[in-house]
Amino acid sequence: MTPIDLALAAGAALIGLSAAAIALARHRPACAAVHGAAVPCALALAAAGLWALAADAPPGAVVLPLGLPWLGAGLRLDALSALLLMLMGVGGAAAGLYGVGYLRHETEPGRIAPFLPGFLAAMALVILADDAFTFLLGWELMSLLSWALVLAHHRAEDARRAGLLYLVMAGFGTMVLLLAFGLMAGPEGGYGFAAIRAAERGPALTALVLALALAGAGSKAGIVPLHVWLPAAHPAAPSHVSALMSGVMTKVAVYGLARIAFDLLGPVPWWMAPVLIMAGAGTAVTGIALALADGGMKRVLAWSTIENVGVILAALGLALAFRASGMPALAALALTAAFLHALNHMLFKSLLFMAAGAVLGATGRGDLDALGGLIHRMPVTALVALIGATAIAALPPLNGFVSEWLLFQAVLQSPALPQPWLQFLVPAAGGMLALAAALAAACFVRFYGVAFLGRPRSDAAATARETDGWSRAGMAALAGLCVLLGVLPGIVIDLIAPAVRLLAGAGLAPQSGNAWATLVPVPQGRMSYSGLLVVVFVALSGGAAAWLVHRLASRRLRRAPAWDCGFPEASPLTQYGAGSFAQPLRRVLAPLMAARERVEMPPPGAVAPARLAVHVEDLAWTRLYLPLAAGLDRVTARLNALQFLTIRRYLALVFATLVLLLVGLALWN
Amino acid sequence: MELIRDLALQAAQMVLFLALAPGLVGLVRKVKARLNRRRGAPVIQPYRDLARLMRKEVVLADNASWLFRVSPYLIFAATWVAAALVPSFATGLHFSWTADLIAIVALLASARFFLALAGMDAGTAFGGIGASREMMIGALAEPAMLLTVFSVALVAGTTQLSDVVAFMASGGVGIRVSLGMALVALLIVALAENARIPVDNPATHLELTMVHEAMVLEYSGRHLAMIELAAAMKLMLYIALVGCVFLPWGIAPAGAGAGALMTGLVLFLAKLAAGGVLLGLFETSIAKMRVFRVPDFLGAALMLGLLGTLLLFVSRSL
Repeated sequence: MTPIDLALAAGAALIGLSAAAIALARHRPACAAVHGAAVPCALALAAAGLWALAADAPPGAVVLPLGLPWLGAGLRLDALSALLLMLMGVGGAAAGLYGVGYLRHETEPGRIAPFLPGFLAAMALVILADDAFTFLLGWELMSLLSWALVLAHHRAEDARRAGLLYLVMAGFGTMVLLLAFGLMAGPEGGYGFAAIRAAERGPALTALVLALALAGAGSKAGIVPLHVWLPAAHPAAPSHVSALMSGVMTKVAVYGLARIAFDLLGPVPWWMAPVLIMAGAGTAVTGIALALADGGMKRVLAWSTIENVGVILAALGLALAFRASGMPALAALALTAAFLHALNHMLFKSLLFMAAGAVLGATGRGDLDALGGLIHRMPVTALVALIGATAIAALPPLNGFVSEWLLFQAVLQSPALPQPWLQFLVPAAGGMLALAAALAAACFVRFYGVAFLGRPRSDAAATARETDGWSRAGMAALAGLCVLLGVLPGIVIDLIAPAVRLLAGAGLAPQSGNAWATLVPVPQGRMSYSGLLVVVFVALSGGAAAWLVHRLASRRLRRAPAWDCGFPEASPLTQYGAGSFAQPLRRVLAPLMAARERVEMPPPGAVAPARLAVHVEDLAWTRLYLPLAAGLDRVTARLNALQFLTIRRYLALVFATLVLLLVGLALWN
Repeated sequence: MELIRDLALQAAQMVLFLALAPGLVGLVRKVKARLNRRRGAPVIQPYRDLARLMRKEVVLADNASWLFRVSPYLIFAATWVAAALVPSFATGLHFSWTADLIAIVALLASARFFLALAGMDAGTAFGGIGASREMMIGALAEPAMLLTVFSVALVAGTTQLSDVVAFMASGGVGIRVSLGMALVALLIVALAENARIPVDNPATHLELTMVHEAMVLEYSGRHLAMIELAAAMKLMLYIALVGCVFLPWGIAPAGAGAGALMTGLVLFLAKLAAGGVLLGLFETSIAKMRVFRVPDFLGAALMLGLLGTLLLFVSRSL
């Protein structure tokens, strides 16, 4: 028994579960049972990844007699695949656990249960693929099954629109990836990854393939401007599927990019690194700016996914720059930051989507401005969501900060780069990433403050009930991992070191042996951070202060109406809501989202209400996609005339085409 | 023996911040009062205020949750831990490797995060207005601060504050334009972070112009005392930070004897007093700006930080 056998067995079990669920789709408890049974399978996948990483054994490979007759379906579990398998397994297990509870109150569980295990298996297939055919097959399966899950509530107009957009963008992504693999395989058609690795390519072709991979994988990961489907599709799915799509599927897309850029392509010219870095930094700032302006609870989370993908992409770009300049140790630092952030983002984004799902289930309202005060009604969900929000805001001592810190350390190493271009660009990108991190803190104060704190803004929020035990267990597990990775990051950094070594050619110094779980990523700079000590110190000093104050000074307490400068207003609508909280930053960031405010004041004496209308748009959508769609409409309207020709004209057209092709062929030869 | 001495020094640093921070606030108030031709409250007034607040009962808003009650202690602890890591009179303290400059900035951001959440917890309009504006200011001040950290770290080759100070004190730095820009950016950030004029007015009584005060409006008694104490320590932290990075003279190096430590302490007190007087002078001579001009002000800091970083590369590659 080797790790890959375990992974294959778990994947086969997941496919079997999917098949069983199709038969049992009308049976509600069976659907929940399928989700429950997916949990051990996902955990087995995670265990296989963990096993392969911890053993650091040579990669195991299997060729299944499926797919193309002369190729088969090659599967291989190396360190990078193992890392992703671990990430996916943990996310899948938590989602499955949460889903058991979720399906109990879902109206149509038969539309979710058959697809979810298959979706997990498809992602595992992408991760394990060892040839282009298997990879693309898995990729397409992953897209289609998640599309089916997005359409679980297909009667909602929003979900249908999101599904269509998703399908178009997924098709585009696969097509571009197909081109990239075609270029890599070359005219001989060596589609096995081993053959692709062995082939020689010029820098221009390498750059072209990388650009195609960036567009193809980026459209799935949500890189601006290929992100437009993401804020629509991720929130439309059931909440634990949103968690999987945001937390895990975007990482599988990033895996595709990393696999091509670092493993398959061989040496990449350094001037492709700034493309990745700037695409990443720009994606991060745009994503979080639009998250701040959005009023839907799950949409805010989806936009923030775009931000985090940008951060990961920038780290990958930085690693590429270091590697292209022959600095494997620094590339390892940037790659560690990228992988750790991918892992962290899976944890806290899944957690937050599940918490949002719990709120949605309890209140039936998905817009922030209908919520409030849920910390009183849903204490457990509120606590885990607070952990998630603190982690995603990149605040110590939780895990989000550790990966941001490593990334900033990598940015600070940019003077080592020989290219003046990069030396200028990397600190500027670092500034943009710092801005994105700070905006994320503002965004999640807004998210948490409006949804969970204050007074309820609707009856639904005032009468919400805590979610079920299965869901709470799923969320609590993720919250615990968020804390653990924040306090003891060294263990995980050492665990993922084989994957880093595989791609960078060098690894970070082992971290888990340091005193007090301190991180010292760059030995010569002596930069260090110990999440454990920060927790101990904050807990000690805060606890001691509280104890002393209560003991020595006063412990009296009286409940009273809120003071609010002497004019407490009874209506909860006078609280700051999602729109009003965002106003200052919306003004500051107005150019990024064409934000406009219009105030309509009635003339003096009139009794009409004053109105404030806010307009925000996603510039990629209005400036790029809408004109593109309009142009396409015009062209197709013109070409429509071709359908009403006489037979003579059709024959003439066919003849002319034939002649043209022959002439072309003659010129080519 | 060595360990006991190190621990004692670390404890002395923490006690120093706790003990002197309210006095610093009192000093700034006194300076501002004298410049206004008022006599002003005595310098020790903040201590009296804190003692009184501690003894009073807490009046908790009906809607306040556990987060509202825990936050003051969390904010206090995070600020205190951050302060313990900024060299005041000596470098190389026992726990100085716990966190580097980036982590110190992030610890303060944690404190702000919980303060803003607490502001929104009672469910009042003013709490929300304060939280919203504070996060706007923070979202712009933090990247400016990090860019300043980048500049300093690129000069010193590390973000570990103790090592940065040791490098700056070594005298091999000279005068650099980018460090000057970083200093100006840091001063702007310090004004914004500590809710001082021209960004916010610590003595305001006009609710609509409040930022920090609006956030803590619902706090009372011991909770308010903890928050005020944390705010005072944050002010002292920033003065200590400017002092140790840009005026590193007299700070005792690691393992120094009692004499060097005493010199360091005296010089630190002098820097602190000078910082307080200068802050009072500055605040008296300038008017508060509109909330929506604050982004321009902080944008200047952001640009200065970035320019400082870029200039370093230019000077290096020339």
